[in-house]
Amino acid sequence: MTAPLDSHAPNTRYVARKRRVTEDKRLAAGRGNFVQDIVLPGMLHVAVLASPHPRAKILSIDTSAALALPGVAAVLTGAQLSAATNPLYGGLPTPEVKWYPLAVDLTRYAGEWVAVVAATSRGLAEDAIELIAVEYESLPCIIDPEAALLPDAPLVHPGHKSNVLYRQTFTWGPVADDFAKAEDTLTFRARWNRSSTVPIETFGALARWDIGREIIEIWASIQMPNYAEQIAASLRIPLNSVKVHHDVDVGGSYGVKRGIKHTIIVAHLSRMLGGVPVRLIEDRLDNMSGGDAHGPDRIFDTTVAFDKNGSIRSLKIRALDDAGAYPGRGPFQLGKPIAALVGPYTINSVEYEAISVTTNKTGQVPVRGFGQSPTNFMIETAVDKVARHLGLDRLEIRRRNFIAPNAFPYEIPTGTKYDSGNYPAVLDKGIALADWQHLTLRRDAIRKEGRLAGIGVATCLEPGGGNNMFEYLMNPAAEITTFMEGCGIRVDSSGRITGIMGTTTSGQGHETLVATIMGEELEREPDDIRVLHADSLAGLPTRSPVASRMAIMLGGAAAGAARKIKDKLIKIAAHNLGVGESELDYDGGTFFDRANPARKLTWEQLCIIAHRQYHKLPAGLEPGLQAEYVWQVPGGGQLPDAQDKVQLYPCFSFQAHFALIEIDPGTGKVSILDYALAHDCGTVINPDIVRGMIIGGVAHGIGAALYEQFTYAPDGQFMSATFADYLMPSVFEVPFVRDVEHCTPSPLTSHGQKGSGEGGYLGAPACIASAVNDALSTRNLCLDSLPMHMMKIEALLNGDSQT
Amino acid sequence: MSMIKLTVNGVARSASAEPRMSLLDFLRENLGLNATHMGCEHGVCGACSVILDGAPVRSCLLFAVQADGHAITTAEGLRKDDGTPGVIMDSFMEAHGLQCGYCTPGMMIAAHALLEQTTSPSDDEIHEAIGGNLCRCTGYAQIVEAIRLAGRRMKDAS
Repeated sequence: MTAPLDSHAPNTRYVARKRRVTEDKRLAAGRGNFVQDIVLPGMLHVAVLASPHPRAKILSIDTSAALALPGVAAVLTGAQLSAATNPLYGGLPTPEVKWYPLAVDLTRYAGEWVAVVAATSRGLAEDAIELIAVEYESLPCIIDPEAALLPDAPLVHPGHKSNVLYRQTFTWGPVADDFAKAEDTLTFRARWNRSSTVPIETFGALARWDIGREIIEIWASIQMPNYAEQIAASLRIPLNSVKVHHDVDVGGSYGVKRGIKHTIIVAHLSRMLGGVPVRLIEDRLDNMSGGDAHGPDRIFDTTVAFDKNGSIRSLKIRALDDAGAYPGRGPFQLGKPIAALVGPYTINSVEYEAISVTTNKTGQVPVRGFGQSPTNFMIETAVDKVARHLGLDRLEIRRRNFIAPNAFPYEIPTGTKYDSGNYPAVLDKGIALADWQHLTLRRDAIRKEGRLAGIGVATCLEPGGGNNMFEYLMNPAAEITTFMEGCGIRVDSSGRITGIMGTTTSGQGHETLVATIMGEELEREPDDIRVLHADSLAGLPTRSPVASRMAIMLGGAAAGAARKIKDKLIKIAAHNLGVGESELDYDGGTFFDRANPARKLTWEQLCIIAHRQYHKLPAGLEPGLQAEYVWQVPGGGQLPDAQDKVQLYPCFSFQAHFALIEIDPGTGKVSILDYALAHDCGTVINPDIVRGMIIGGVAHGIGAALYEQFTYAPDGQFMSATFADYLMPSVFEVPFVRDVEHCTPSPLTSHGQKGSGEGGYLGAPACIASAVNDALSTRNLCLDSLPMHMMKIEALLNGDSQT
Repeated sequence: MSMIKLTVNGVARSASAEPRMSLLDFLRENLGLNATHMGCEHGVCGACSVILDGAPVRSCLLFAVQADGHAITTAEGLRKDDGTPGVIMDSFMEAHGLQCGYCTPGMMIAAHALLEQTTSPSDDEIHEAIGGNLCRCTGYAQIVEAIRLAGRRMKDAS
């Protein structure tokens, strides 16, 4: 179980206390409101036709037989849809890389959607799909991201004249000097193969065009910033004609629920059909092959410059990332890691060449950490390699390079200031919990018996809060410095509180967050607070629950809104008690005259005055008790300087992971015998939520490290379309994870909180890789490619070159 | 279309369905029981688990017609008669044995099947019971704790 908070913890009523999670009351009772649960009268169901070719010309599509099937309301092809809509949003200045929900003229990956059918049932729609006749001319494809760079590579987007979507080299700090001064260097390649978060709920969207109001209503399992904006832009309708319902429970996302193309399909069909509701629920094959839900697919070539004492001076990083056929926001996952490009270390300078290429694979979408997990794997691999090269202890080299606890706020070479932290303390707590000495004894005992065992250690920084200035670094046309979140509050005449957030939730417990923080600020019971998800027209500005930002941003907005209510109550109380505002005490909702505590006004009395007794309100005060607070991400708001230095993200959580693993030398199978971690995300709002997110992130990271990969055959066919091929950890693959908390509050947030949704996933892949390599080192072997499938390890152990 | 008669959560139900309709779709669409969730539709993830004649099964792999004449328990059946959460549900709430809630009904069905056999399961037995149910949120720790807690509560109550 989680250890108690240490002495840094704030003195709180509700924050950081064990409390039940609000959302669990409905979700654990089987009363969720998932998109598949929403049924509208007359609703039509969509099925999709996918291209079997990785790359092919569409010569003709005959939809007549499908249209003739009774029950079929519409058949839609890419040519028809692209004539009626604008391309989906990209984000890079690549106007010839056009993305439409259905392929137009050319298919670009095996599984790309070519046509859809809307019918009275999903079964019937699938029947009709089989009646569509498509004539293709198959073309050579490009699957390997390095080969995609070659001059004779087939072009995924011929109009773009290159497969390179983005290429830029940044130099932060005196890289050349630091390399010249360094006593040694070391170069390596690290490979993060294509995996993703793969929620158990596939993506789904339901749309209804409300003709009378000229509003397209959307219910979707969505987790995405600027969703309504992108819908409006693609459908060529005003933004206030898009109403996204945010009270849809999302069955897991961790970044990937970005079904913009699905949404445009159903929204367009509903408009085309005069307002009939239309829904598209992916089946698992749709989701895995054509759902555009794959994650980073990255090759790092890194050179690290260091001294013989283990002090790391500088890094040169080349990151080549395969964005697949349609980039969407995929390439920007090369940008976010700039926020913590030197990890928790005092590395003085860094060169970063980021390259995004397009290939004939399904499109890449944001995945937990937005590119940070692959980068952290690379950084930690570098540290381990230097330690091994110098014969240094892996804990010692980290200690020698850690940013000191008294150095915060600490500016790294890229211009970002880390807000706070105590890395040595967290590492030490982790070492104590993991019992490093005991782990070592266990490892050595296994080795003595002739088997392979290893200990892993990895640290990670988790940038939280989501100031996405990397977008401007990568595309200066994106002059966006506002990254805000809003929250509303209403206190009714009976004194009950309603919090109003403006986005969906996918398991992070945002209702609990808002209720806990409003309860804390106003000293009212959080369980009595209702939290609503306002739709996109009724709600306040939101950037959605991405970027480990909601505890920071929605928490801050909820606190700000509650503080406005309290300010108003103080005015009412002071006026009615006839004392100055500073002469009042507040406890649990009641204001007391400090000089004479018998004179008081209770919460209920104040709410009646605010709502019913205008004659008792101070002159000029607005009646009622309602407030809105929109908060800009702290610590940012500026464009980069001439050296490309910029503040990315405001808050930086930290974790240290430890694992003991054993490898079966016959099969290459890795068993995790023990796993422990220490984490510091500042003030924890709800301990159960934080623990769950961290351990869940570890499980997800174990999947990325050992099992999960979207594999393409050399001919471009997709090989991992089922859960029998894409292997996710079950309870047997996830060890019991012990965790210990440390609290270094952020100075930038309402209660000292930082993000916690990603750290487990940022640390675990690096830690497992460290452990596997510790085991392999006994045979002078090394593996720097994730996932470390048992086949890969077995081949390595048995001298097979097919790794 | 075939008329299907079965017992669901102790109540006799009947509805007609196409022969190709899965039990999962039948429960959700024809009987309006939404707690059972569609995850993979090929029998791996366990989100659609229900109890059929006392044993957990994948409702995505069964046709509705195969359930004709049988007794089914869905996650709705884990509520008390007045609709409030039963002990397994309440234990998942107490231990926060979930996040997004999507795999949760299947997990609770697996837990129910286990706790019908023993209220003092070992961790190995819990792992075995939920080994065929995937969760992408929790990493399983709090699910295991929820099931342990539910067992303790059932034992104390008996």
